[in-house]
Order: sequence, then structure tokens, then C-alpha cells
Amino acid sequence: MSKYAYLSVLLGCLIGTAWLEYFLRTKVYRRTIRLVLTVLPVVIVFAIWDAYAIAQGHWTFDSRYVTGITTVANIPLDEILFFVVIPICAILSFEAVRSARNWEAGDEETK
Amino acid sequence: MTYTQLAIIGVLVVIALDLFVFKTKLLKRKVFWVSYSIVIFFQLVTNGILTGFGIVEYDGDAIIGSSTPKDSAPTFIGDGRLVFAPIEDLLFGFCLVVLTLIIWIWLGRKGVQREPMSGPPRKSVNRFLGIK
Repeated sequence: MSKYAYLSVLLGCLIGTAWLEYFLRTKVYRRTIRLVLTVLPVVIVFAIWDAYAIAQGHWTFDSRYVTGITTVANIPLDEILFFVVIPICAILSFEAVRSARNWEAGDEETK
Repeated sequence: MTYTQLAIIGVLVVIALDLFVFKTKLLKRKVFWVSYSIVIFFQLVTNGILTGFGIVEYDGDAIIGSSTPKDSAPTFIGDGRLVFAPIEDLLFGFCLVVLTLIIWIWLGRKGVQREPMSGPPRKSVNRFLGIK
């Protein structure tokens, strides 16, 4: 355990889902613009929630396990990256299930 | 507001966004519930690490359960917690995942990189999953 503990968990999430892009051909990373445009508003919304929660003392971070780099409103960099990594993992999982099962997801071309 | 209250409001907001605002209707789709059940399993694992080791600690005044203890792990199951994490985190995670997928699908519907669509799985995966 070190100041990279939180980041290691996030790295584990990225590594744990990366194979989906190749084996299930999720094409999520390949659709970079769409991915960025999705993650950006999510980061903003959840950074606001996080800032409020930190200010109110809902949760705190053990300084031994986070990088110590803080961004706006006392939000640790580790947290901002959480709001980037988890959405990517969620989209990869979603597109992987869709790839395997061919179920309708709502963004298909309408005829 | 407490974390409990915010988390419940968050869930209601994303449900409204999905069904009535963006009309992505993910919550009515099989593809969402199957992928969400996979996500929730891994959320319990990773969040269990973050909360069990006390990387993130919670204030008992903000959650149903009690504060994360100073020098020991929180309750594994019970005291308002599931795999060390406050059950509020499940609602928080739901909000995070659903909001993400709403925007992802909404953008696709608007034609923002709808293509290339995902799939098909590589043959090796099909064999593994038993799909012909």
C-alpha cells in the first residue's frame, strides 16, 4: 500500500476491461470523440457532487493512499480519474454485452 | 443534505433523464440490465478494496451505517454496508453508470460516431461462449 493505492485500483479496472475492445470488438476506444464527449459531462457532474461531499465531510481520503495531488475544490486527482475510468469500463461492458448478444440499445439507425 | 438523501435524489434524477428527458429508455432494455449486473459485481470488488482498506472513509452522519473506524476495516456486510462500502455507494454507482450510458447512447443516436458499431465478437470468444 502506498500513495498509488487508489490509482492502482483504477489501473486494474482499465486493464481488466481492455481485452473487451479486442475480443468483443467493442470499438469504444476507437470511437474517441464520442467517448470524450460522454466522459466530459460525467466528470463535471460528479466532480460537483464530489466537491459538495468533500466540503460537507461525507467522505475523506486517507492521505497515505492517494497521490496527494488535488484539483479544484479539494478533489483529489485520483477521484477525477475515477470519474473517467469507471464510465469507460461501463461503456466497454455495455458494448461487450451488445456485441455478444446483438440486443437493441437505442442508437441504431432508424429506418 | 446527507449522502443517503443525495444518492436517492440522484437515482430519481437519472431515471427521469433516461425515460423522459433524453428518452434513451436504457432502463427498459435487456442489454442495460445484463451489462449492469456485470458492472455491479466488479463495483463491489473494486469499491470493496477502496473502502475495506480505508482508502476512502465515510462519516456516519452522512450515511445509514456508522463512520469508518479509525484503525480497523468497516463491517463486511451489515451496519448499512455491503462488501465494506456504504450501500449509498450502490446508488452512486448506479447514477454514474446510467448517466454515462444515457449520454453515450444519446450521442450515438445524434449520429456522433454511431459507427463503427460494436461486434461481432472474435471467433475464439464465440466458441468460448458457445455461440455458433
